[in-house]
Amino acid sequence: MNQDFEPAILAFVCNWCTYTAADLAGTSRMSQQPNVRLVRMMCTGMVDPKYVIKSLLSGADGVLISGCHPGDCHYQNGNYKARRRVRLLNEILSQFGIDRRRVRLTWVGASEGQEFAATVNNFINDLRELGPLDTRGLAAL
Amino acid sequence: MARKIGVYVCHCGSNIAGRVDCPDVARFAGGLKNVAVSRDYQFMCSDPGQDMIIRDIREHGLDRVVVASCSPRLHEKTFQKACARAGLNPYLMQHCCIREHCSWVTPDKGEATLKAKHIVEAAVLRVGRHQELHSREVAVLPDVMVVGAGIAGIQAALDIAKSGHRVILVEKSPSIGGHMAQFDKTFPTLDCAACISTPKMVAVAQEPNIELLTWTEVEDVSGFVGNYTVTVRRKARYVHEDICTGCGACLEKCPTKVVSEFEEGLSHRRAIYRNSPQAVPSTPVIDRDHCRMLTKGKCGACQKTCPTGAIDFTMQDRREVYHVGSVVLATGYDTMDPTPMREYGFGRYPEVYTALQFERLNNAVGPTGGKILMKNGEMPKSVAIIHCVGSRDRNYHEYCSRTCCMYALKYDHLIKDKVGHGCEVYNFYIDMRCFGKGYEEFYRRVQDEGVTFVRGRPSEVVQENGRLVVVGEDTLLGSHVRVPVDMVVLCTAMEARPDSTDVARIFGIAQGRDGFFLEEHPKLGPVSTASDGIYLAGTCQGPKDIPDAVAHAAGGAAQALALAARGVVSISPTTSWINPDVCVGCKVCIGLCPYSAIEFDERRHIAVINEAMCKGCGSCAGYCPSGAAQVKHFRQTQVFNEIDGMLDPLPDLLLPAAEVSATTTHAPA
Repeated sequence: MNQDFEPAILAFVCNWCTYTAADLAGTSRMSQQPNVRLVRMMCTGMVDPKYVIKSLLSGADGVLISGCHPGDCHYQNGNYKARRRVRLLNEILSQFGIDRRRVRLTWVGASEGQEFAATVNNFINDLRELGPLDTRGLAAL
Repeated sequence: MARKIGVYVCHCGSNIAGRVDCPDVARFAGGLKNVAVSRDYQFMCSDPGQDMIIRDIREHGLDRVVVASCSPRLHEKTFQKACARAGLNPYLMQHCCIREHCSWVTPDKGEATLKAKHIVEAAVLRVGRHQELHSREVAVLPDVMVVGAGIAGIQAALDIAKSGHRVILVEKSPSIGGHMAQFDKTFPTLDCAACISTPKMVAVAQEPNIELLTWTEVEDVSGFVGNYTVTVRRKARYVHEDICTGCGACLEKCPTKVVSEFEEGLSHRRAIYRNSPQAVPSTPVIDRDHCRMLTKGKCGACQKTCPTGAIDFTMQDRREVYHVGSVVLATGYDTMDPTPMREYGFGRYPEVYTALQFERLNNAVGPTGGKILMKNGEMPKSVAIIHCVGSRDRNYHEYCSRTCCMYALKYDHLIKDKVGHGCEVYNFYIDMRCFGKGYEEFYRRVQDEGVTFVRGRPSEVVQENGRLVVVGEDTLLGSHVRVPVDMVVLCTAMEARPDSTDVARIFGIAQGRDGFFLEEHPKLGPVSTASDGIYLAGTCQGPKDIPDAVAHAAGGAAQALALAARGVVSISPTTSWINPDVCVGCKVCIGLCPYSAIEFDERRHIAVINEAMCKGCGSCAGYCPSGAAQVKHFRQTQVFNEIDGMLDPLPDLLLPAAEVSATTTHAPA
């Protein structure tokens, strides 16, 4: 593991579950490594694949998409749409040499502050192991 | 395009300033493009803080505002309103969070400050792309639905009905009253539970503004705040409520005996039954799983007996649709089944009771007529009460059920009162939690009545020579104890109902880790939920005693009434929009929309959003292959700018002094 490498991570989180969980993690003072920046979305279903690609091209080493647990979507089924979309996106990205582990989809419910902090810390650790992202392949997109 | 952006960095006392160098963040923001004013202040949400923003908007002619403080879930509305007061469209403000997501979770000051700069830069870049949006006002339907008719639901329904608004009160059991109807006395005043709840139940039945639907369950909810459409299933009662006089003749003739749920398994009911003669409504219900006529097609004894001909075996479940402005959920709790905790012997030893069973033993209309009797018909000479069964226990529920200490004290008193002072009573407790009004005084009184308190959770209950023995440790004395008793009462945990996940999904609300419904904010929004117009009342939100459940219910009723009384509600304008010049008419979005809010315009060959139905989930925008569909306030340019700001490498954090002084003004002391 490259200890000096600090990955930059963008997280697209849904307002109703994971953003709320992030709030709860904050209120409960659950320390997290500082590498993740949150972008609030109303639903994971509105996360356009372009946002993920744009993030990777703009310097992110990894992208986290996190929303409500299956069945709990505030908008009925947006998270299922995100699940299919991320699966397909990963198929494409891996062909451009982007490791699948760099784009992660998780479910963190509104009351799961602890899970949010753990998810963030685990993802950062995994990316630290993967090292910096080489986007030369991706530029072809 | 040139903008005049004002950036306001909040210290939040020491909550943010303790980790984030707020003046430095404000200086940094002052150096960003288009930023005209950048200030930091101790409490932005305070009156002077808001006034500062308002004054700047007016004096500097700001056309965009960024507030960096707590989570937008807490104060976005506060600052939107401040902007609106200054004449700036509230959607030209971006509220970003440097507290919950930054200062509170980042131990290192340098890293916290850097993260705050990224967050602020992202907000500044994003707000430049914001557009004016205008909320729509829609009418609120005047009726309110209350789901669950325990004491909380009854209180909420009566409060709302008193104001003149119509209430639809839905209850899934055959009669109302909930758990309180099972109780005998209430702590700490020892009021008779029936004496205080029965008049309320009768008031519900007699209130012209309440439409009471018992034996009814909610199946589907659609719509939005102010305009909910609720489909309920009225289960077949097989007895016509309008014809039945409640005489009870049928109850005696029914030949089928079934273990009674209301009596907690301590006695039997018939296949046609009601919970008690005082039940509201007094109309019995036929249990379709056990009735001989309904299962085998033979019997009909009740039908022959009924003097008014109210019994009808051909009755079917039927669905009814109600249109309401808001919903108060008061679906209550369940008590934990202690059978899996084999160490306490419930279900194996006949003299081990749950608290609710013991409540029924004390109830004057219960199986023993209110006498505390063992199964052999004799009074116990000693009773052990075990607290925290399933509560404060990592294996079951980590939380405290809040009521058990107090009802255990009530039992202590009732045993001494009914069985006699000679009866020994032992409480095995972890901590005594007597927090309410008059509770500590009651604890003292019961101690003076000669009750024994043993601090320590018992390890097991065993049977030796036909007697129960409670084995445990007295942690205050540091010694092992073995207490032989005649009867054991388990203070079982209050837990979320097993169907609470289904209920949460039907109403579109979230559950906490413990399964109880999640409130909007643990302190400032204890009755609201993430779904506007859906409110909580009573123990469906978490364990509560009766006074707390009633107060919570009155709060839920007040929220529903505030909405109904105003008559209009503003709906967020952050709906989708499909650019007619870009849409190719592929129709994919139409199939994706969960609200059927997209129609196809055949003439123009494009998809069109129906704004009244769109909730802004962005299912269409996330997919649209041509980028025609966009969610207002979450447009691609806005999100792209936010991404750019978050990932800016910030090469020259030390900005030239001239630029800082040119753009930064300091907050008035």
